Amino acid sequence: MRPILERVGRGEVLLADGAMGTQLMARGLKAGECPEALNLDRPDVVASVSADYAAAGADIVLTNTFGGSPLKLALYGLEGQTEAINAAAVAAARRGAGAGVYVAASCGPTGRMLQPYGDTPPAAVAAAFARQLAALAAAGVDLIVVETMTDLAEAVLAVAAARAAAPGVPVAATMTFDVTPNGFFTIMGVDIPRAVRELAAAGAHILGSNCGVGIEPMVAVAAELRRATDRPLLVQANAGLPQMRDGAPVWPETPDVYAGRAAALPALGVGIIGGCCGTAPAHIAALRRMLDAGR
Amino acid sequence: MDTLAQLAEMLQRGEDQEVLRLTREAVAQGLPAGRILNDGLIAGMNVVGERFKRHDIFLPDVLLAARAMYAGMEQLKPLLIRDGVPARGRVVLGTVQGDLHDIGKNLVAIMLRGAGYEVVDLGHNVAPAAFVDAAEREGARVIGLSALLTTTMPVMRQVVELLRERGLAGRVRVIVGGAPVSADFAREIGADDYGYDGASAVDKVAALMEAR
Repeated sequence: MRPILERVGRGEVLLADGAMGTQLMARGLKAGECPEALNLDRPDVVASVSADYAAAGADIVLTNTFGGSPLKLALYGLEGQTEAINAAAVAAARRGAGAGVYVAASCGPTGRMLQPYGDTPPAAVAAAFARQLAALAAAGVDLIVVETMTDLAEAVLAVAAARAAAPGVPVAATMTFDVTPNGFFTIMGVDIPRAVRELAAAGAHILGSNCGVGIEPMVAVAAELRRATDRPLLVQANAGLPQMRDGAPVWPETPDVYAGRAAALPALGVGIIGGCCGTAPAHIAALRRMLDAGR
Repeated sequence: MDTLAQLAEMLQRGEDQEVLRLTREAVAQGLPAGRILNDGLIAGMNVVGERFKRHDIFLPDVLLAARAMYAGMEQLKPLLIRDGVPARGRVVLGTVQGDLHDIGKNLVAIMLRGAGYEVVDLGHNVAPAAFVDAAEREGARVIGLSALLTTTMPVMRQVVELLRERGLAGRVRVIVGGAPVSADFAREIGADDYGYDGASAVDKVAALMEAR
């Protein structure tokens, strides 16, 4: 397969997959269970998520390693299995997605607050990312996606760790921005120009945003990202904010609503479009139809 | 600027060493501990909460201010006890069972402590019975429940029901919060109130403490 950066660089729009966590819940993952443990315990279930997204038309699937850093796995006492969990995730994604689909390594926050605001030394976070990304790189991935970051210092550490662990693999870095009366900021107070500047300086090839409150504000975020950088952009929005109906979460943005609004993204030069929390294979199928129609 | 105004100012800037120094200075000047707390530390934290609510400042600023507040509180605690200054009330707080996310809950704890409440923080992944047991043991009048995952929101209802079973409903009030939680959800499960963010949680807890 041709490298992702080459295709995106030529103006092609690639379709990434949708949510992993909410899909695993739909397949029986219980509250309080470690999602990444399924890579070892139920790899068939993890592979089935990637298979459904590939069947829906995704060009890229993300591994079930969002919480795969040893600092995060330690919440479940699983830090000793960091290497096995991350390697199994890549294998499950490859097997599920099949030939012709790129496998991207997901790398989420450690869940720790870094000094000076919290008690975790930055060196411990850097070491955790280095260990996770070495395992992912050894398993062989086509892209690394550092995602859902709110602390720029932590995001920069993850990007640097990705570049060091896998010098030949492109790195995307996406942050989660809130809509405030003063503009878009992460909960840690990072604005888009600063995020773009520092993540690019750390070596991220692709920049962007994921999670958040829905596809509509995400289009506005993408427009501001475009103004701040000419690097390729990656966008994965939530299907809105969940509402509880009869004790079960319902995500308000249907596949057609999501894809309809996302139709504005290619014109902004977004090279990779997918979904985050609440998006399902039907959302990816709708995005596929939207992209194919606009081709 | 007098010492207490300086204290409030340094707290807002998150200067913990300065807050420590000024708290000691205020004590040495013979100011009552209750006044140092209210007109220095809490006054400063109120401004921090308001500015956070307006998105003027962000989580890091709040965390630094909280650290400064605790530096001052450590000095004042024995004096407040000696002077018999009553605390504003006790709140049991935690992220519900199955949920390991605690940034939001920690922020609420900071804001409540900043407003002068005693907070019993049970941490994350807390079982319904642990909330109710702690509220009884600590004599707390309010339980605060946090959840980030939609899958753990039903645990909030279990806490409300357990309070009813034990005959504590009404005596112990429940306030819920977290990204997927809403005022509608709070009503649906029979919780007493919903806090949109850390700052509004303080206002709501104050109202629940008063309500009889």
